[in-house]
Amino acid sequence: MTGQEPPGPRDVAVVAFAQSDHRRTTDELSEVEMLMPVLHEVLRATGLRTADIGFTCSGSSDYLAGRAFSFTMALDGVGAWPPISESHVEMDGAWALYEAWTKLLTGDADTALVYSYGKSSPGPLRDVLTRQLDPYCLAPLWPDSVALAALQAQALVDAGETDEPALAAIAARSRRDATANPHAQLKGPLPHGDYVVRPLRTGDCPPIGDGAAAVILAAGDRARELCERPAWIRGIDHRIEAHALGVRDLTDSPSTRLAAEKAGAFERPVDTAELHAPFTSQEVVLRKALRLGDGVRVNPSGGPLAAHPVMAAGLIRIGEAAALVHRGESDRALAHATSGPCLQQNLVAVLEGEPR
Amino acid sequence: MSKEPVAVVGIGQTKHVAARRDVSIAGLVREAARRALDDAELTWADVDAVVIGKAPDFFEGVMMPELYLADALGAAGKPMLRVHTAGSVGGSTALVAANLVAARVHGTVLTLAFEKQSESNAMWGLSLPIPFQQPLLAGAGGFFAPHVRAYMRRSGAPDTVGALVAYKDRRNALKNPYAHLHEHDITLEKVQASPMLWDPIRYSETCPSSDGACAMVLTGRAGAARAPRPPAWVLGGAMRSEPTLFAGKDFVSPRAGRDCAADVYRQAGIADPRRDIDAVEMYVPFSWYEPMWLENLGFAEPGEGWKLTESGVTELDGDLPVNMSGGVLSTNPIGASGMIRFAEAALQVRGQAGEHQVAGARRVLGHAYGGGSQFFSVWLVGSERPGS
Repeated sequence: MTGQEPPGPRDVAVVAFAQSDHRRTTDELSEVEMLMPVLHEVLRATGLRTADIGFTCSGSSDYLAGRAFSFTMALDGVGAWPPISESHVEMDGAWALYEAWTKLLTGDADTALVYSYGKSSPGPLRDVLTRQLDPYCLAPLWPDSVALAALQAQALVDAGETDEPALAAIAARSRRDATANPHAQLKGPLPHGDYVVRPLRTGDCPPIGDGAAAVILAAGDRARELCERPAWIRGIDHRIEAHALGVRDLTDSPSTRLAAEKAGAFERPVDTAELHAPFTSQEVVLRKALRLGDGVRVNPSGGPLAAHPVMAAGLIRIGEAAALVHRGESDRALAHATSGPCLQQNLVAVLEGEPR
Repeated sequence: MSKEPVAVVGIGQTKHVAARRDVSIAGLVREAARRALDDAELTWADVDAVVIGKAPDFFEGVMMPELYLADALGAAGKPMLRVHTAGSVGGSTALVAANLVAARVHGTVLTLAFEKQSESNAMWGLSLPIPFQQPLLAGAGGFFAPHVRAYMRRSGAPDTVGALVAYKDRRNALKNPYAHLHEHDITLEKVQASPMLWDPIRYSETCPSSDGACAMVLTGRAGAARAPRPPAWVLGGAMRSEPTLFAGKDFVSPRAGRDCAADVYRQAGIADPRRDIDAVEMYVPFSWYEPMWLENLGFAEPGEGWKLTESGVTELDGDLPVNMSGGVLSTNPIGASGMIRFAEAALQVRGQAGEHQVAGARRVLGHAYGGGSQFFSVWLVGSERPGS
């Protein structure tokens, strides 16, 4: 299949991206019903059908669905007949994209469909996410995701890295930019609100909501056939840190920095960054770790503060960054995804468009 | 670009038991990982990335436990991936890890799968509601028993075959120190007299519920050259999926399984699996799945698989040994069960399987399936490097 290509790694690009309109609740929709229009849209953008796709990979969580093997039903939305080459990660879709990227690198497939989805609305998300923590020492205390993010925010304030007005400005900028994003859940001028857990106010926290996203990857010339200006993945890497918050410096993100280094992010400046910073304070940490200067546009989509469907929000960052490249609005963009408490695990991708 | 050949240079398992109350989840996975590293004579520092798999998070009550397990698996500062493809996950996890090496993204990858089923009740965890149907299922057996019946009717197999599989696998397990069930007093009569659980599946024809972990160290040619023991080479690997329920689905011999095996045989240049493959570790959670998968994987014509079982071909000293380790019928930490199949296949071609070694095994198949007979992962490993 690849005998004609020169030796060396294959070039892989994001050639299409689609997402749902993210909403606080989608009681009337099953996961499959929420996902299907997004899958249809992303396939339509390339003219591909399910049977044309070489590899499919998805990301989701049984704990959001409240049901074991919840991802098996999503396959109905893909239309996996005849049978498809397929895999699933119990992670944000950004990591599903990473698995698909490695599959394309091996030459076993030329195209990949990546999707992820999450419905946070059926359960109390702050409680649900406590189940991610060390089951012996931490989870029995039920420390919720906002409380842990607040610890991190306070550490940043104490270290002089930020203050509450600066955090409020991040929130305001995100929701202002989100007015141009038809899929965003929270947009426009919003009151910064009361403290949820000090120093974080409602405005510093992501909206809770349901949503889905899908991306198509293609290798080499296939990417050029499917997309006028493919978003080439120049590098992608992910790193995890220790789980216990007590052994980490919460004001920094060495795993993000290392992933960025391995992805080649520091070789040349990026013009745009889509950061998976669910809390305003985490944008401060990521900007530092990624050495983003003031000239870099951060989260022009509004970012996770405008829409945060858990398990899809990271993949959406890659999709949004790629869409900017597709539209010619970025030549070199960085996309970041995170997982775990206080940015425990981080993925960085560098996407580039060819010179215009 | 050609793929980097992938070698298994380290394998580790825990002693599988009903309940490992002496260790935490972290302790369990670390034990298997440590044994795999010891087997490869490597240290944590030699590992470039960790790929972990397990079945539903509800089995332990920990959401995305890999986050908490990062420390125990020496993953801090490294990439860590978590795979979940239902029962096939142990196999899929190994294949995802193998791809990282094949794509030359990483040099050496630690892959691990586990389940600590004593943390919950797996049977009810597996009793999923089927839309628009009365909730009558109790455990996976309730889902699969009608498909076994369909096989028996379609093939005309005598109803004695299932017990033969169970009797064989439980005896094989006696030769595997890591197997969960060691029934020293097992007899065919005891299997046949055991209580009926889900007709036609009897208690002794059913997998146990286990706590266990399995780990492998995968690497490329350079890593294999430094390995202290013979490597197992990946000759082919594939995954296939199809929907759970749809009109025309063949639960007895799902097309996804056939396609998956065919892809592996194509990669490995296998023309006749019955002739070219020496032994099989396949995912048989209920006895009758041995003849069913023998057909699905191309080792027998449709309707003929039970004849291989009945005539002793699949015995440890038979012409095509199946589940030399005792299989899923003797050990079933669900998320790890697929990886145990893959690892046991690798042990065989490395000549490291001890008492359950098949003499001269050169090419051995590892197989896993999951969901409603809809997710398949298969790899073929060999003692010779592909293309050498």
